[in-house]
Order: sequence, then C-alpha cells, then structure tokens
Amino acid sequence: MEYIFAFLHQHIDLIYIVILSIFLGVEVISRVPSVLHTPLMSGANAIHGVVIIGAIIVMGKAEPDNYVALIIGFLAVILGTINVVGGFVVTDRMLEMFKGKRK
Amino acid sequence: MGSSILSIIYLIGSVTFILGLKMLSKPDTARKGNLIAAGGMSLAIVGTIFLYRVNDAPLHNYGWIFSGLLIGGVIGVLSAKKVKMTAMPEMVSMFNGMGGACAALISIVEFNHIHALIRNLYAPVSDDHLVLQLLESSASRGTVLVILLSLVIGAVSCAGSIIAWGKLAGKVKDFSFKGQHLLNLGVLALLVGLSAWLLMIFAVSPGTGILVFYIIFLLALFYGVLFVLPIGGADMPVVISLLNSFTGVAAACGGFLYSNPVMLTGGILVGSAGTILTILMCKAMNRSLKNVLIGSFGGGGAVAAAGGKEQGSYKEISLSDAAVVMAYANKVIIVPGYGLAVAQAQHVCHELEKMLEEKGVEVKYAIHPVAGRMPGHMNVLLAEADVPYEKLLEMEDANAEFSTTDAVLILGANDVVNPAAKNDPASPIYGMPILEVENAKVVIVNKRSMKPGYAGIENDLFFQPKTSMLFGDAKKVLQDLLTAVKEV
Repeated sequence: MEYIFAFLHQHIDLIYIVILSIFLGVEVISRVPSVLHTPLMSGANAIHGVVIIGAIIVMGKAEPDNYVALIIGFLAVILGTINVVGGFVVTDRMLEMFKGKRK
Repeated sequence: MGSSILSIIYLIGSVTFILGLKMLSKPDTARKGNLIAAGGMSLAIVGTIFLYRVNDAPLHNYGWIFSGLLIGGVIGVLSAKKVKMTAMPEMVSMFNGMGGACAALISIVEFNHIHALIRNLYAPVSDDHLVLQLLESSASRGTVLVILLSLVIGAVSCAGSIIAWGKLAGKVKDFSFKGQHLLNLGVLALLVGLSAWLLMIFAVSPGTGILVFYIIFLLALFYGVLFVLPIGGADMPVVISLLNSFTGVAAACGGFLYSNPVMLTGGILVGSAGTILTILMCKAMNRSLKNVLIGSFGGGGAVAAAGGKEQGSYKEISLSDAAVVMAYANKVIIVPGYGLAVAQAQHVCHELEKMLEEKGVEVKYAIHPVAGRMPGHMNVLLAEADVPYEKLLEMEDANAEFSTTDAVLILGANDVVNPAAKNDPASPIYGMPILEVENAKVVIVNKRSMKPGYAGIENDLFFQPKTSMLFGDAKKVLQDLLTAVKEV
C-alpha cells in the first residue's frame, strides 16, 4: 500500500493532469452529434498513437548491443507509427467527404 | 535549453489534442481539428527524437528510429488510402490493435531493463540494503505497477482488436461455449492475482519475476481473445470503442513511466472520451456496460432461436409495384442499415433518391445512431455518395416525420426498426430507442433473406399488413428499382 502512496506523491502533478483530462474528455465528447461518431472514434484512435513517443524513447536509450531491446523497440516504433499515421489519414479521408456538400 | 524547448513542444502537443478533439465534435471544423491534432503529434514526435535527454545524453540509434518511422509511415498511409469506406470500422480496429501492441512492447523492454538492474545488483553483493535502495529509486514498485498496467491493457486491447477486425472482415466466427463467463472471470482474476504477486516478488527473486511477467503477458493476450470472441457483430461498435479507450489508458501509463505530459494528456483524453462514447452506445443499444465487460453478448441468439417460432406470414412485393409506390408518393424516407454497407449500395441509393426527387417526391434518410457497424457509419457512407447533409434525419426528427410519410424503404436494417424494442419487455433489445417506421403508410423492406438480424431476434415489423418484403442484395435491388422508377 505504502508504495502506491509514495508513487502518487511523487507524481502528484501528473495525477492532477489525469483528473482534469478525464473531465475534459467527458465534456468534449458529450456534445458530439452522432453523425461524427465514427470520425471521432477514428481521430481519438490516432491520438492515442501518442504512445509512439514512448517507443521512440525506449529505442533511443537502448544500448546499441542490446538486440532484444532494439528489435522489440523497433517493432513498437513501426506499430505505433502505423497507428498514428494511418489513424490521421483515415480520419481525414472520412471528413473529406463531409466537406463541401453542405454548402 | 533543449529540454525547455521540449517542454513547450509537449505543452503545444497537449493543447492541439484538446483543440483537435473539440473541433472534431463539430461538422464545420472537424477536418481542421484532425489536421491540428496531427500537426501537434508530428511536432511532439520530432521534438522527442531530437531534444529528449536521458541523464543529459541525447537519444541514439537514430538509424533504427528513422527506419521504423519510415516503414510504419508507409504502411499506415497505404492501408489508410486503400481501404474502402465500408471497411472503415475494421481499419480503425486494426490501427487500435497496433497502438495496444506498441504499449505492450514498451512495457516488455522497460521490465527487462529493470530486471537487468536488479540482476546486476544481486551479482556482486547480495545485500538487502542495496535492494532497498533500488526499490526506492528507478525500480520502485509504483513503476513496475505502471509497466504491468500498460502491458496488460495494451495486450488485451491488441488481441481484442485483432479478433474484432477478424469478425468485421468475416474471417472469425462468433464462438461461445458454456461457462465462458466463468472462464473469462477466472482468467481476469488470475491476471490480477499474478500481477499482485509479481509486485511482491520482482525485487527479491528476479528469475521468477521475469517468468511471471511473460505469463501475465500471454494471459492478457488470451483474455483479449476470450473477451471479444463471443460477442456478436452488432455489438462490435461498443467493443471497438471500449478497446479504443483501453489503448488510451495504456498510452497514459506510458506517460507515467516517462513522466511525459503529452502521452498522459493524449492517452487520458482518449480513455475518458472513449469510455463516454462506449456508454452512449451501450445506452443506444440497451446493453449494460457490465454485460460488455464480462463478455456475455450473443446469449440473445439462443433465446431468440427458441422463441422465434410464432410468426405470421409475410408478403413480398414486386420491383415494379415497389417502384410505383415510391414514384407516386409525396414523401419517402429511406432507412439505411448494415445491408447497405455490406452491398456497398450507397451510390446507387443516392441515384435512386435523385431520380425520385426529379419526379417530385420528397426523399429523406432516417439515421439510427447505431445503424451499420459503427455509430455514424451510415453518415460517412452516404456522405461518400454525396448525399446532401440536410437530407439525413437523426432519430428523433425522423420519428416525428414518419406519420406524414407515404413510403419507407428499409435497406438492410433490422434491429433498429424492430417494434419489439418498444412493446415486448421480454425481448433482449427491449428499451432500445428505434425508428418508428410503422407509423408510415407503407413500409418496404429490402433484405437478403428472412434471417434475423445481428441481435438474433425475429422482427414483427416484417409480418405486419402494411409491410412488404423485397428480397435481394441491396445494390442489385436498388439498381433494378432505379430502372423501374425511370420507366414509371
């Protein structure tokens, strides 16, 4: 139990960010018309691709002779990039279709 | 200097994610919002590569990093550009799975790193004091807890997303067996138990620790498969949305691991937004989130098969009759569903709508929030076919208009127009808001066969006197209907 409190204390500013982000996410999403649910899900999907930053850090600090870390990290970078790039491009393709024809 | 610039870059990145999500929620600004978030993401990635410092040393292995980015980028762009609009949900699910896998892989490397640290400490002197010091530093239990969370959530999300993708693409069949809930709960309990145990022992017996770690990883993958496997196709939207928020949380765990605010805001935003979206969808389909989590969908199928004996007779309508009915109507409302998506009939559908308008018929579309495979899926498909935005009615508006409608044309929708949701408390979908098409004068239903919809329940609507059936593939039927209307 103790280590959990210690951990929370050590990261208290991050905890604040978490709590505020939770409310922010709820606020933002509850006003979305159902028309945009699919693009929104796809856009959110691209945003959680931010995990790629973790993959880059893992890759970048691995010892050049630690092949296990290098290979796993390399895979992680590829998968994360597909998530980010594919996610944003697919969302853009969907939204492209909404554009224009309302005018 | 470099690290303070990086902090500002992360700040900008977080703000673009918030702005992006906010703009994505309005039709006018949605596309711009997506681009802004993408810009923030690129900035954060580039900033991390060049400015991130580990103990004051810059990152290395640039060759690996850039080739990974290049390969991933090319695959991402190609698959996103090539995918058909009807296969969009599969694609989103697949991308989501990759994000989850990424989080799990990061955890594996980080745990190995900690494992190596402990090993090194053990090798020269076996001194509890040193171990204690270690526990208070980089390898504190809190860090391992975060690594485990990220591993388990990421792996569940990855395996689950791949199964969801396979189901939507028709490669994986629904599969359930007796006692599946118990097995699911058992595996989940085992996961929690093993994780707690690992937290206790990883510092004292690293050898067992690393073994348990990989067992947890495999169990989490297994749980992901078990979790999605029994769930029917109609519930896939809920599952994908839920897995989407899972991956968000896994990404946020990475934020804790590296004290990285942009990973944290991005991940948590998606986690909370995805959860709310999931709950909204559950409400629309009258499912409880608890049922989703235990993985007990699809049970309705067995019940319905047993209860689906009492049926009246239905009547068919010929193409030419259907054409006449629609061409001489004042107002026609089209209800698109899953069938339209499968047949990729959105373009023909728009043709028919234009033809009817030329003949002076008012045509509108009624969009149920969960019609198709994902919420808003129908809107995307119809938008692809250039159907004007004003013609799409949301459920409440459509229900207000059915009583003044002469003909309703249902294209491969079933559960979303099933009156049982309103008047049969025993029905598994009782309470789900539906499109009240039976208020219109005539209802024409296009389906491939009399098979029940995804929820596996019979639809009384098809046996009502004002309903006529028009069997066949939606695209083919619409094409024929188009020719027939032309000739009227």
